[in-house]
Amino acid sequence: MTQLILFNLFNGLIVGAFYALMALGLSLILNLSGVINFAHGGFLALGAYLAYSLIPTIGFWGALIVAPLLTAAVGLVVERVLIRPLYGGDPLYSLLLTFGLAYIFEDMTRFVWGAQALPFQVPGWLTTPLSPRFFFLTGYRLFMVVLVAVAVGALFAILNHTRLGIRIRAGTRDLETVGTLGVNTRWLRSLNFGLGIYIAGLAGVLAAGLLGLSPTIGASLIMPSFVAIIVGGLGSLLGTLLGGLLIGVASGLTAVFLPSASEAVIYVMMGLVLLVRPRGLLGEEGRLH
Amino acid sequence: MTQKLSSYIGRRKLLQGGAALAAAQMAGPFVIRARAADSVKFGLDNPLTGTYAAPGKNELIGCQLAVEEINAKGGILGRPVELISEDSTSGDAGTAVQKARKLIEGDKVDFLMGNVNSALALAMAQVSNEKGVLHIVPGGHTDAITGASCHWNVFRVCNTTQMEANAVAASLIKDYGKKFYYITPDYAFGHTLEAGMIKATTALGGTRVGGDLTPLGTADFSATLINAQSANPDVIVFLTQGDDMVNALKQAVQFGLQDKFHLAGAQQEMEALEGLPPEARIGAWVMEWYWNQPGVAHVAEFVDTVKKKTGRPPTARTWFGYVSAWTCALGAAKANSLKAVDIAKALQGFQLPAEIALGPNPAIYRAGQNQLIASLFVGAAQARGSAEDDLFKVTKVVNGADVAGSLEETGCKMTWPA
Amino acid sequence: MNARAPRALDLAVVAALLTAPFWMAAIGGYTELASRIVVMGLAAMALNFLLGFTGVLSFGHAAYFGLGAYGVAMAIKYLGLGTLPAMALGIVGATIAAALIGALIVRRRGVYFAMVTIAFGQVFYFVAFRWNSVTGGDDGLTGWHRVPIPLAATTLDIFGDDKAFYYFALAVFGICVALMALLLNSPFGRTLIAIRENERRARFLGVPIEFHIWLSFVVSCLFVSVAGALYALLNNFTDPRALRFDLSGNLVIMAVLGGMRSFWGPLIGAAIFVALQDYVSSHTENWMSVIGVMFVLVVRFFPRGILGLTRRGASA
Repeated sequence: MTQLILFNLFNGLIVGAFYALMALGLSLILNLSGVINFAHGGFLALGAYLAYSLIPTIGFWGALIVAPLLTAAVGLVVERVLIRPLYGGDPLYSLLLTFGLAYIFEDMTRFVWGAQALPFQVPGWLTTPLSPRFFFLTGYRLFMVVLVAVAVGALFAILNHTRLGIRIRAGTRDLETVGTLGVNTRWLRSLNFGLGIYIAGLAGVLAAGLLGLSPTIGASLIMPSFVAIIVGGLGSLLGTLLGGLLIGVASGLTAVFLPSASEAVIYVMMGLVLLVRPRGLLGEEGRLH
Repeated sequence: MTQKLSSYIGRRKLLQGGAALAAAQMAGPFVIRARAADSVKFGLDNPLTGTYAAPGKNELIGCQLAVEEINAKGGILGRPVELISEDSTSGDAGTAVQKARKLIEGDKVDFLMGNVNSALALAMAQVSNEKGVLHIVPGGHTDAITGASCHWNVFRVCNTTQMEANAVAASLIKDYGKKFYYITPDYAFGHTLEAGMIKATTALGGTRVGGDLTPLGTADFSATLINAQSANPDVIVFLTQGDDMVNALKQAVQFGLQDKFHLAGAQQEMEALEGLPPEARIGAWVMEWYWNQPGVAHVAEFVDTVKKKTGRPPTARTWFGYVSAWTCALGAAKANSLKAVDIAKALQGFQLPAEIALGPNPAIYRAGQNQLIASLFVGAAQARGSAEDDLFKVTKVVNGADVAGSLEETGCKMTWPA
Repeated sequence: MNARAPRALDLAVVAALLTAPFWMAAIGGYTELASRIVVMGLAAMALNFLLGFTGVLSFGHAAYFGLGAYGVAMAIKYLGLGTLPAMALGIVGATIAAALIGALIVRRRGVYFAMVTIAFGQVFYFVAFRWNSVTGGDDGLTGWHRVPIPLAATTLDIFGDDKAFYYFALAVFGICVALMALLLNSPFGRTLIAIRENERRARFLGVPIEFHIWLSFVVSCLFVSVAGALYALLNNFTDPRALRFDLSGNLVIMAVLGGMRSFWGPLIGAAIFVALQDYVSSHTENWMSVIGVMFVLVVRFFPRGILGLTRRGASA
């Protein structure tokens, strides 16, 4: 029994790391621009599909680098053309816009790549378990955790030690003042959006190694991201990271005792957080009121 | 400010003009939809978007092929056949029911077909029964459709879950052992399939050592697989379908579970096998129809025709759609009428001709149940067989009649209109 | 507010709705489509009570729509009630849920409020999805149908007769819409509009903001649950999809498309959306892209909606 609990605990951390990655991209965009990006799952799917198409030419590692960049490029175009005109307006409109984009993304991926699930292949040596006892610690899943750690580390490094990052953080608190200080806030929002989408594309490539690659791959992953952000607290990236890990672990532990409730438990957690501490674990009072 | 205002007014006029033009576009074709009065109409209400888009699309292709052949042979009772296809979506019953009503009342179809999603099939059956239209379900598996909720006007091509379980259980017990762990999708199809498997394996000495109910659309099966491993079964039974099957198997193979346990299940489909990376195409399963049937007449021609059309061999779903459309045509020909009651009566105990049955055993609609009983193909998935698309090695072909159980067992009590 | 133009519009809408089954067929429609438009129109107008007139964005109204639907379905299936009592049960259940949840979330605004409504909507979706034995789970609740309504002299066969059901739905729609209009023209409604226009000023005037928003939320959810109940009756079926956030999103777009600031706007938006989706999905598999593009176009070029186009510069 202890082994089962421990296994599910570790596994929950791994799953949670993935949720955290997805949620971070969403959180980044939400914090600075106030845009709920419903199309985040669509960008994830795009990253996955682009990687699938690139693998025959540049291999898995090449696709891992290039696909998120391409996805971010698409994200930048979308932001410039469609989302930028909506800043400063009613948040309703950006929400509706990304909602419509989600429809378009799903349909277009089905149109281009077909409805049939596609066999996404990861290098063989990566998918074997590290040891027969710890069979669930496959090379791929550990690689995923490492990659998430690196990405999160890089993100926090950018946010704390580069000019761009410091401006993003400042802009999250008071974009108007940052603008009056001479920073080009439009570029700032664009780059921030691009960064968030890069993360979504990366999450997509990683997801395709674990899951079946079909047009609906993004839709199934977006809800846990929302919950991670609500649990961790709006406005706090660290909170989002924590939120993702927490729901992964909660889900894993529930699987030991009540397997059919392992998905429900993340919504129960969300409900509890909203009741007891509405601003989330690390959220700041009064954020995004 | 002034510049913005004038460009705003100009844009407004442009938009109003555009809106008027769009409205005109929409109004026109409404009239065009009044179709040729003398054709016989088939209405297919199946998913073309969402989770079930792939099987839905294949069933559509099968239907289209059949309709082409029917028209080449002179149509139905001398009249040409027209296929009207609607997207039921993969799960929105409101849309599926709405489209069914649209086909029946708006397009006045003579035959209704659908749905891949068992629940939607049941909802549509309520409509078709209410309106007295002949309804063929190509690929919705839940037993109730030709069981507890059977109707005189509803026929089904694919197997019931009990039939599938019965077909594969013996092989699993013989080859793999008696302890089973079930990974079951949490909806009617999954429940009845698991119940069927438990019933069939228990009769042969098998036991259920544990199981997990997984919600539809589960992405990560790692917790479930950890539980399965700790229960130490002989066989881990995957009853999940579609994308869930792909996810579960892919992750099981990544965990190396196939080295410690046997992986198997009941229903398997080409659509799932094609979505798996080659190293994950393993396990023992039963398929409802398979394209590689050496020595069986007419199958090779069918496979060639479909390959020319789509570039890939037909799947069981293609065959379901093909059979559904042909059933309508043959039933109407036998009854020499387009009245649903006459055709339904003509189809009682009806045997499909060999070039439609496309299998080694006879394919017959059981009287009093409207369920097609044909062949089931037990075998093992493989990364690549004789050809690139040969992803399943058939080890045994089961005659549906041997595993169908008695009519009483199905719970179908059919009542006919006066 | 221009008194004459709205009245002409009111008459036109009423006339079109009363005669719908007769002219629908002529343009390639069918009675059930008209019923669907009425149901969705009611849902969109109910949402707009909160969105357009109080200025609060909820993206989780599908939850209450679904509760109304499941309520009526379970009442007919398990309790054997007639149509009207079953509807009442569904509506009461949904309204109580709205009251409870509204109290929890009423302090949030803007983006956060929207996210929280989405999240709660998903909770209900999840409960309906997993509680198989009661709700039928993913398969939905089948095996029941609308019960003909016994009136004084005769029985209204809303099960067998599509037209009868249409007029029944229209009657329910009419009652709800009339009630909403009454509320909006009352001091309560005026206060809501004041809150929409400038919340801070309203607060300074001593208006209990949270209470008004909560009440507006409850009223809005009540009418949406009526629409949900009608929807279940229309299909003789209900399933978890009725609770999902894409339905919520569709309701919002209907309100915006028709014009959030006008009373009839959401009905027009619903008519266009439902008819467009029905028509386009019959002609192309890529109807989702068309709908998505429509969302984008509405947001970028028609943010005031169709009725906003015709009303030059007027802000009600």
